[in-house]
Amino acid sequence: MGRFHLHADGTSHMHDHDHDHDHAHDVGDHTGYEETGTTRVSILENLLSENDRVADANGRQLEAAGVRAVNLMSSPGAGKTTLLKRTLQELGSRVRIGILEGDIATSLDADELEGAGATAISVVNTSAGFGGECHLDAVMVRSGMSRLPLDDLELLIIENVGNLVCPAEFRVGEHAKAMVYAITEGEEKPFKYPVMFRAAEVVVVNKIDLLPHLDFDLDTFLSNLKAVNPTALVIQASARTGEGVDEWCSWLAG
Amino acid sequence: MHELSICEAIVSTAVKHADGRAVTRVTVRIGHLRQVVPDALQFGWELLTESTTAKGAELVIEQIPAVIACHQCGTETTLDMPIMMCGACESFEVKVLSGEEFLIVSMDVEEV
Repeated sequence: MGRFHLHADGTSHMHDHDHDHDHAHDVGDHTGYEETGTTRVSILENLLSENDRVADANGRQLEAAGVRAVNLMSSPGAGKTTLLKRTLQELGSRVRIGILEGDIATSLDADELEGAGATAISVVNTSAGFGGECHLDAVMVRSGMSRLPLDDLELLIIENVGNLVCPAEFRVGEHAKAMVYAITEGEEKPFKYPVMFRAAEVVVVNKIDLLPHLDFDLDTFLSNLKAVNPTALVIQASARTGEGVDEWCSWLAG
Repeated sequence: MHELSICEAIVSTAVKHADGRAVTRVTVRIGHLRQVVPDALQFGWELLTESTTAKGAELVIEQIPAVIACHQCGTETTLDMPIMMCGACESFEVKVLSGEEFLIVSMDVEEV
């Protein structure tokens, strides 16, 4: 069991001691602590319980409006926006789709989608929050949802900020998380970003039309993905050529 | 850098529970299957506690190894990498026993 400590002089270290967690942590280098007259308060709350509370409320609001919400995540440049444009062209005439567009700054992605067939688009720039967030959290999504006509929608696609790390930790009230992964990103990423790969119910393996031009080994990637997330639905697709987009759309439509 | 957001959540929970008392230590429990960098969390902690009743408080991070149990042969495996495969029979039919923890466990506050 490793414990990481930062000391007043700015140094930090890990130290190991095997134990379960049913006792107080008054062991190790904390001498003098009892004499300072402190009281231990048990909390046992999820670190993100505040976020999760808002996420649950978002989920209930979507449920009440009869809207299925999908949280779409990927690294920057994997093709989320291009896939969404295709999706709107393919599905927009049959399903009333709202897009909640999360971006650190600008409305370029939303402008790109304008006119492609969405019923409504809402932009959330995360830079309005603390430090320009690299992900959408439940509060930002609540704010984006308030600018969407939820009762007119059947499907809400939440395009998260391009980032393979942070978006995976924050529930926003979605029914499912989906991921776009471009084959230009290499075979090994499931091991480096396991939280996101594990969270995704579906992984769209995008830019598959580039396969003949790359050293990318598809079988290796698929087995790496399976090792991290054995149950994910994998859709091989090209947002550029349209290959696989129909399968993605039928999953989206639920 | 979502550690800053996570830190914000820890600070606000701690300050809320402290109810005006000075916080001297906060203990969090984070599983290896979470993508949280302890150094980044410590950095954010100092930054965000500065102007609160938790100023100067120690942040203790308990890291919990990822352990899976196999549905096929029952073996428990502690993972070095996030590969959801039984170490004995290589089955992917496994259940996560630990490693997904993401808790504020407790905190110490000065008695008034």
